[in-house]
Amino acid sequence: MTTKRIIPCLDVKDGRVVKGVNFLGLADVSSPVKLAKFYSGCGADELVFYDITASAEGRALFTDILKEVASTIFIPLTVGGGINTVKDFDRVLKCGADKVSVNSGALRDPSLIPAAAKKYGNQCVVLSVDAKRVDGQFRVFAKGGRIDTGLDALEWIRSGVANGAGEIVLNSIDTDGVKNGFDLEMLHAVCEVVDIPIIASGGAGCAEHFKMLFHSLPKVDAGLAASIFHFGEVSIPDLKHALAADGIHMRL
Amino acid sequence: MIAIIDYGVGNLFSLKSSLAAIGAETIVTGNPETIRRASKLILPGVGAFGDAAMLLRQNGLDKSVIKEAGNGKPLLGICLGMQLLFDYGTEYGQHAGLGLIPGSVRPVREYIPNGYKIPHIGWNALRFPTGKPVSPLFRHIREGDFVYFVHSFCGADCEESIIASAEYGGLLPAAVARGNVYGVQFHPEKSGDVGLNILRAFCEEGETC
Repeated sequence: MTTKRIIPCLDVKDGRVVKGVNFLGLADVSSPVKLAKFYSGCGADELVFYDITASAEGRALFTDILKEVASTIFIPLTVGGGINTVKDFDRVLKCGADKVSVNSGALRDPSLIPAAAKKYGNQCVVLSVDAKRVDGQFRVFAKGGRIDTGLDALEWIRSGVANGAGEIVLNSIDTDGVKNGFDLEMLHAVCEVVDIPIIASGGAGCAEHFKMLFHSLPKVDAGLAASIFHFGEVSIPDLKHALAADGIHMRL
Repeated sequence: MIAIIDYGVGNLFSLKSSLAAIGAETIVTGNPETIRRASKLILPGVGAFGDAAMLLRQNGLDKSVIKEAGNGKPLLGICLGMQLLFDYGTEYGQHAGLGLIPGSVRPVREYIPNGYKIPHIGWNALRFPTGKPVSPLFRHIREGDFVYFVHSFCGADCEESIIASAEYGGLLPAAVARGNVYGVQFHPEKSGDVGLNILRAFCEEGETC
């Protein structure tokens, strides 16, 4: 059986990891390459790199870094941020990315999903969705969670999968940053409508939250988090061992 | 020198980098003369069987690979590159493969119960077949080690050649071998240290100790 996956997410701006990273024993805590090595070494099952750069120079720097990461560590890499066209897929895949995550780009142009899936295969296309409760509905938000698109998240996800998305990252804006646990209710609703891997994001504060996630929602394949890993609040090897001891299938 | 065969299918960056990381010298090539001079061959590939088989034939590389493998040169097929080693594939119609390993390629769906997601994607453990010696390809790893899979089709009718399987509702062929010809369904270049150790073992094939 495939294992559940634990995925740290790194936000990169102008070639550096941002959002504060605080590790003991890591001299350069904002170097994407060093962090990627660190996480790979401690058993991360996959890495997500999110390019939050706005400038063209920053974007070029990002692909340089991606290349360096992909020549240093050999686990699956997902890349997101600034993916608006099939050309952007090509740009990051050539640098060693395995999967490409689309969010705002697909909202602006929904034909991006089928076009990329046709060219690179469904397994390559990750649909990342920022969702929030509005009027009793899960609503899709754009621009890093700032703009309500009015779209129903479950509908948007269903159509994305029908169009060729091979994996869903569901980030609940309601639980993000609160560290009270993943949004099990929202994730459950998504599990009901799709039959492809689902990555839960937003809300993890401790190992217990990952246990609750995988025990209560067997259809969820992976848990993604950023700051709790970066700040060492949760260590990935400890987390994976705790989950395995609790009967969850892990790569140890 | 290991020739990574380039026939216009897939992205070779990670494969080349992973081989560099273990100190192997590689050349990415679609040139039959370079393939002839190489000490080992790696046949990568992603995408659909029919398209890949056609591209390989279009460039005449099918003949080069069959000839070199026939001469005893170690060959490793990865993912779709493994599937191409079989007699034929059934993805979007029936297409001839290289015929280096007896068997065919069929949808994973036919071998596993409903409720399992397709593609088979993620980390899964290698199971070695009972009653067979462990393949030299796995001399640096252990049974139960995890490797990274992404596939919707798999080897079929190839029982005799199976050197490792993965449990996913049923047993799926994870690696096959016949003499100097090896195929792995998973991605060693994305399987961390375990993957590098498998590549290292392949690089040692045919070397005098």
